[in-house]
Amino acid sequence: MATFSLNINGKDHQVELDPNTPILWVLRDHLNMLGTKYGCGIAQCGACTIHLDGIAMRSCILPVSAIKDKKITTIEGLSENGNHPVQQAWLEHDVPQCGYCQAGQIMSAAALLKDNPNPTDKEIDAAMNGNICRCGTYSRIKKAIKTASEIG
Amino acid sequence: MSIIKTAIGRRKFLKSSALAGGGMVLGFSWLASCQSLPEEEVLAMPKEWFEINSYLKIGDNGVISIFAPNPEFGQNVRTSMPMLVAEELDVDWKKVIVEQAPYHKEKFGRQFTGGSRGIMSRWEPLRMVGASARQMLREAAAQAWQVPIEEVSTEEGVLHHKNSGQSAHYGEMAAAAAKIPVPKEVQLKEVKDFKLIGTSRKNVDGKQIVTGKPMFGIDYQKEGMLIAMIEHPPAFGMTLKSINSDEIKTLPGIKDVFSIKSYKEDFDKAFFDTNAFPEIVAIVGNSTWEVLQAKKQLKVEWHPFEAYTEKVKNFRGTIDTKNVPAGLESSTQHNAIMNEWTNKKGTIARKDGNPEAAFKKAAKIIERTYSAPFLAHNCMEPMNAFAHVEGEKVHIAAPIQIPSFIVNTLATSLGVSEDNIQMEMTRMGGGFGRRAYGHYIVEAALISQKAKAPIKLIYTREDDMTNGIYRPTYQATYRAALDENNNLTAFHVKAGGIPESPLFADRFPAGAIDNYLAEEWSIDSNITIGAFRAPRSNFMAGAEQSFLDEVAEAIGQDAIDFRLELLDRAKQNPVGEKNDYDAERYAGVLQLVKEKSNWNQNQENKSRGVSAYFCHNTYAAHVLDMSIENGKPIVDKVCCAIDCGIVVNPDAARNMAEGAITDGIGNAFYGELTFKDGVPEKKNFDTYRMIRMSEAPQDIDVHFVQNEINPTGMGEPPFPPIFGAVANAMYKATGKRVYKQPFLGNEQVLG
Repeated sequence: MATFSLNINGKDHQVELDPNTPILWVLRDHLNMLGTKYGCGIAQCGACTIHLDGIAMRSCILPVSAIKDKKITTIEGLSENGNHPVQQAWLEHDVPQCGYCQAGQIMSAAALLKDNPNPTDKEIDAAMNGNICRCGTYSRIKKAIKTASEIG
Repeated sequence: MSIIKTAIGRRKFLKSSALAGGGMVLGFSWLASCQSLPEEEVLAMPKEWFEINSYLKIGDNGVISIFAPNPEFGQNVRTSMPMLVAEELDVDWKKVIVEQAPYHKEKFGRQFTGGSRGIMSRWEPLRMVGASARQMLREAAAQAWQVPIEEVSTEEGVLHHKNSGQSAHYGEMAAAAAKIPVPKEVQLKEVKDFKLIGTSRKNVDGKQIVTGKPMFGIDYQKEGMLIAMIEHPPAFGMTLKSINSDEIKTLPGIKDVFSIKSYKEDFDKAFFDTNAFPEIVAIVGNSTWEVLQAKKQLKVEWHPFEAYTEKVKNFRGTIDTKNVPAGLESSTQHNAIMNEWTNKKGTIARKDGNPEAAFKKAAKIIERTYSAPFLAHNCMEPMNAFAHVEGEKVHIAAPIQIPSFIVNTLATSLGVSEDNIQMEMTRMGGGFGRRAYGHYIVEAALISQKAKAPIKLIYTREDDMTNGIYRPTYQATYRAALDENNNLTAFHVKAGGIPESPLFADRFPAGAIDNYLAEEWSIDSNITIGAFRAPRSNFMAGAEQSFLDEVAEAIGQDAIDFRLELLDRAKQNPVGEKNDYDAERYAGVLQLVKEKSNWNQNQENKSRGVSAYFCHNTYAAHVLDMSIENGKPIVDKVCCAIDCGIVVNPDAARNMAEGAITDGIGNAFYGELTFKDGVPEKKNFDTYRMIRMSEAPQDIDVHFVQNEINPTGMGEPPFPPIFGAVANAMYKATGKRVYKQPFLGNEQVLG
């Protein structure tokens, strides 16, 4: 057990737990932030995507001890009122079906657009290939990313 | 106008007796668990709510709350079902809020999301909910204004009496309306008068989803709740022998380790009680990570079980005896056994004319065999359930497609009365048939009962993928007899699988060919299977539509024209009497897709495949354009035509079609689960290939046949035919026919 100070969505939190605990479970079990999802536990599906200093990371394999002073952003903190361009575009295209993977998709898309405000189709494919959607909403996700790029 | 007798006041529209005369303040918290607000803050919440019937409450300020009766896993029924109520109630959709109904069979009827039957089964009942409430409001206004009810009209939540110029919004009349008896008969709108149905409305949960609000079963929280995980046998054919729990109990955060048995001895399972691993180990602890660590250190001895038979109640209410063989099965052995069936005779399911003679006389016989592997559902949200068993009282909150199917099992296994079970239906992170099998709820409840605590059971991805309830492995051999003039004179299908046959003997092209033979076979297995998005159709469509393509080519006819000619025969002069399709509607989707895809125009560098199918009461046809890039197939475009009758929420229906197409392409290319000595060879997404963004179709163009037929489902029908469209386009692109799914296998590079 060890104590960690985490900056999540601009707020400081202190947690005491096993240093190997992945951030996913710190968020979900200890901080009651349930927007970040568990999908595979081995960084293969992207449902758990968060931002670490603005970079998209898979929180299911990221131990709390590795965070240090990096800033964490989760889906809950992507925007104040749910109006990040990516979120707006997702609503405009009514992307979700079951919705489970969408927080991860949105976090990956937001990180992509931050680095590359006008991505090509191939760049979108590359950035989003780590996020699985069993419902098959990929074509809407792609359209929404393009719309978000315009809103951006 | 159609006057429909309602079944009001008895079961479907039950009013709570405590409410029978007046208003009440409902104590629900908007942001708790699974409720949603389409326009949240914009809507001022009423001071008082009035229950008009069990589905519907009207606030004193005119806000309408509608219970979505069925559980949601992405079909958008939480939007489209309330739309049916709102249409007949005649309200401004912006003033509607949607709540998720809990499981309650008297209040909410058949709460069943599956089989593409949601909208179809609720089409009239939910419109009656709205229509009867509207009539009660009109009655209340008529009494208040002392005018005949016939003179009271409504418009978007406002009651009018034109002659006197009086008007009132629904909220003002809600208290009085709540006291009025539910009418015995109501008038439903004609299709031409619909204002809401047929218009695209956004998912009422959209905002909640994109902001990461807790809505799913796995998000459920309760004070004092512990986390539970399970360990099931590593192989099908094995069962629990012993556990070493003492060591595990001392690990950090671990409360308890024990084994549970999901069913009482001699319990007659129902159809959806499928469970390969009824005896499992449960680990209970404070946090997911701690339980996960303990799970890794668990030492369990498993041993092979003996063959047994079990009794299973089927849909007809009678009991089937199911043989569960012993042994550790492997895919290589499955494939060898299935291969033998290519040359064996199956059980005849249908025979028209004299197929034997026609095949004997044939100038040419085309014979092809198709196969597909087991598939795992891989819902993105792994199986989970919250349970709190306190003595006789049971509280469940879980992602479940058909709550009514698990209640009896739950009550029996726990030894409590069904009436003591309170079940909330959370949003499901995918279903696809998997969540029709609620064994994980029984497990959660048994764990809670034994641990004497509220618990949330979570499957790891590996637990989920290796648990069974798979789409079975199937094989179908087709034969077509052609005469010297290339006329199709006989057709033979022989289909089977492990452990069930996928055959639909009465489906197209049955009815279109004079000499027709359908046979089937099956082989017992201890690997459990279950409904998987369009069960059996999801294989048969691809096999049949690939074969028809090959026959059309042999005859020298256009692929669509060939199918249309057969359908014309089935329409004009059908063979047999129980053909399971409407030839005209079937032809309709082919004609529409032909037109919308510009079928006859040359597509530069694109290879096209067509496929059409009818299942789950809806017709679907696809034209798929493919090109090959660096040896990899790229799906450039899919043009899709669907006849599901009236389309309630067109954009949401398009989303379903796009998803089914994408999911189908993924499964056709990559989907496969194999076994070695009873062990599933894929356990997580590093080895189980799912379609990803770069492999998804570049463009999907969905069209609906416009008609006024009562709506049918959208969850399944667009899925099966895409397998055939992929296969037929691959042939055009590569010159090679594909017969074995997954089409790309492990190679994933063509040519």
